[in-house]
Amino acid sequence: MIGDDIVMLSRLQFGLTALYHFLFVPLTLGMTFILGIMESVYVLTGREVYKDMTKFWGKLFGINFAMGVTTGLTLEFQFGTNWAYYSHYVGDIFGPLLASEGWMAFFLESTFVGLFFFGWDKLTKVQHLIVTWLLAVGTSLSALWILIANGWMQYPVGAEFNYETLRMEMTSFAAVILNPVAQVKFVHTVAAGYVTGSMFVLGISSWYLLNKRDMGFARRSFSIASAFGLASILSVIVLGDESGYTEGETQKIKLAAIEAEWHTEPAPASFTLFGFPNQDKQTTDYAIKIPYLLGLIATRSIDEEVKGLQELRTESVARIKNGMVAYADLQKLRSGDHSGTAKQHFAEHKADLGYGLLLKKYTENVVDADPAMIEKAANDSIPKVAPLFWTFRVMVACGFTMLFVFAMAFYYCATRVADQKRWLMRLAVWCIPLPWIAAETGWFVAEVGRQPWTISGVLPTHLSVSSVSIGQLWFSIAGFALFYTVLLIIEIYLMLKYVRLGPSSLHTGRYYHEQTSGAVHE
Amino acid sequence: MIDYEAIRLIWWVFIGVVAIAFAVTEGFDFGVSTLLPLLGKTDVERRIIINTIGPTWEGNQVWLILLGGAIFAIWPAVYATLFSGLYAAMLLVLFALFFRPAGFDYRSKISDPRWRNAWDWGLFVGGTLPPVLLGVLVGNLLLGLPFHLDQDLRTFYDGSFWELLSPFALLCGVVSLLASSFHGALFLKWRTEGIVHERATQALSLLAPLLLAGLAAVMLWAFIGIDRPEITQMATTEAPSNPLNKTVIAVGPGWLQHFLAYPLMMLAPILAFLGLALAWLLGRGPTTMAAFLCSSVGLASILLTVGFALFPFLLISTSDPRSSLTLWDASASHTTLLLSFWITVIFLPIVLLYTRWVYKVLWGSITEAAIAKDSHTLY
Repeated sequence: MIGDDIVMLSRLQFGLTALYHFLFVPLTLGMTFILGIMESVYVLTGREVYKDMTKFWGKLFGINFAMGVTTGLTLEFQFGTNWAYYSHYVGDIFGPLLASEGWMAFFLESTFVGLFFFGWDKLTKVQHLIVTWLLAVGTSLSALWILIANGWMQYPVGAEFNYETLRMEMTSFAAVILNPVAQVKFVHTVAAGYVTGSMFVLGISSWYLLNKRDMGFARRSFSIASAFGLASILSVIVLGDESGYTEGETQKIKLAAIEAEWHTEPAPASFTLFGFPNQDKQTTDYAIKIPYLLGLIATRSIDEEVKGLQELRTESVARIKNGMVAYADLQKLRSGDHSGTAKQHFAEHKADLGYGLLLKKYTENVVDADPAMIEKAANDSIPKVAPLFWTFRVMVACGFTMLFVFAMAFYYCATRVADQKRWLMRLAVWCIPLPWIAAETGWFVAEVGRQPWTISGVLPTHLSVSSVSIGQLWFSIAGFALFYTVLLIIEIYLMLKYVRLGPSSLHTGRYYHEQTSGAVHE
Repeated sequence: MIDYEAIRLIWWVFIGVVAIAFAVTEGFDFGVSTLLPLLGKTDVERRIIINTIGPTWEGNQVWLILLGGAIFAIWPAVYATLFSGLYAAMLLVLFALFFRPAGFDYRSKISDPRWRNAWDWGLFVGGTLPPVLLGVLVGNLLLGLPFHLDQDLRTFYDGSFWELLSPFALLCGVVSLLASSFHGALFLKWRTEGIVHERATQALSLLAPLLLAGLAAVMLWAFIGIDRPEITQMATTEAPSNPLNKTVIAVGPGWLQHFLAYPLMMLAPILAFLGLALAWLLGRGPTTMAAFLCSSVGLASILLTVGFALFPFLLISTSDPRSSLTLWDASASHTTLLLSFWITVIFLPIVLLYTRWVYKVLWGSITEAAIAKDSHTLY
């Protein structure tokens, strides 16, 4: 049996490296699009300031992109190094998605990123613009493929277990890529990336405006960011993740946990705005509830019910018992009984094989599990409510704050009074960290909310790990901690240095630090 | 519709193609990084060296990422066994690669010589450790690795990191580093003028004899002295992938036997020598492009030799021969192989076309004047 500490450390490492990677990904997603927009304006109007904007924000993008590449490499290696059984068990589905990302996205962005930086004098205006857009498309395509892969982990469609190869195998690629959970995840995540880029540009431009430097440059950057940001945050919120929560069992459990819905309420369920989830008593203390809202959000109807955790747990018990039958059938098939009835019986029960595997944590044999073990496994199928409840609310609060900032910024840009609103610019500077907080808490909800599974209902997390030792895990975690910390400090230092320099770093002679008087420069 | 046996074989070829593309493109990136602090004395010289690969190294690195992704998709059991079994080695490769993105992009952003010198050595590590470790890895593929699969097909590694560093494997690591450095020196000679060009030429004449001698030693050793397994009984080449449905025995030393059974395969080691020798010869004159092509053929042939030697094995287990993985019993499902095949058939030419275009746009010698002119935008 696999040690709990191995599982815990493997999860810790994956969580750290993935969350770390996602410090850089959303900014890359957003910045490439903003660069595309800025350069498009340059090509259309021929005004040099838009070229300078593309180049300067491009410099900041480059500093961030390098870290995205560094930390992204880790993730591809890590499925093999730390999640070897996962790789064997679902490589048939997960692998091609990752390989597709390589063919369609990594090559595109990595090949054209060099040309973006070094091709200015070697390409025509239009050619360079195309390169910039290819870079933007490449980064978003990359997100598409990896979110299809992640969506499949949340809601594994288009695949089934093969008892001869002892793994999941793809049955329908169309089902995998058209997975509704993957689709909403893609829109939500990519739009969140665009928000990140917009908030970054909006905040830094505001800082230039507050300091009365490079006003023309900053004002134009501010207005592009406010428009693109408003469109993006509306996409994030309106086309948000929640519609995916009605698909798949684990998604329902995640939804119930996020909302701290302990018991199924009569439809339409009310939404718990605030409160203190109490896991032991299965209640939420001091809850402030808004009638009907949860039912509306989760089911888009007033007559469908949203299942509560208790009821979902009861369903888990039934599925675990069914999974024990499936496991017994599988043993029979493996011992050489390939009769039609054995296959037939297994086929009827194999959908719950994963629930049977939950028992592996308590008994190697699965079929000999006693009722106490089944109860424990059923408890495992329900996540801790409070962390999900809170992180989800932090994410949503960040989202709505940013909606307010972008809406105000856009409105005042449209009425041409934005640079008189110093309170808004100060707020925009302070809001720079919000998209990152929202993204990190969002991933926390998505991934911790899927526990105890790596593949919902199919493969438990504690079976997914590699057969490695504690020593090996500490070696790698220490390595990551060391490299990532040093690199992050360097990255932030360079980022701040170039933000302070501003467009003067382009050495065109037109900007703030290059003026002898240091006076305000339009 | 392509049958299961054929598509398994096609994918063995395709993965070989990706591995060769990686060796040929990333090979010179690694080599140039290794030579960076050795051939560049001043900051300008070093910037010349860096900028020969600066705008394109990132695209080349995708071949490595794709190689990992393709093995994941096509041979999931190989991906699981190799990456988890060689845990420390894989992580060291990864950590070394960390130096590159930041090294290229951050180095020129601060002009302090200590800062730049530190990144130069970082890039050196990033270009040197991976070819050495990947060479050691290839050596161990030929030697076989101590691993076994249990009844659930969970993979267990029965050895340690230090056992990977056997004399044969270490020699493979050295040859791999010599090959990438040689390939990199040719590229550097091709893309530069003046002092860097001259030093690259000198490096070539130093590296080439070492490389050829090392390669000869490795091949002789493998042909005569390394144990070889053979499959005595297995399910058909069309059967569902389950490595445990076969029996394997060790047949004693000498990969040569295997090559003699299919004499055409001998072309690969012969071409490896010819290609590299010719690259050395041509590399001394002005026709660097031809020399670089010969060197590429040489590198490709080395990988072909390894592939032929192992065929049909992918990973040989020394502790439980039955657990060895072959292209017939460690592949993904028929559906996934077909799907990946069509994706590759469509995207491989597209990628090659735009990569070629990007190289064409960015081509030209990197000179001192060019560095001075674009001092604020170049690496």
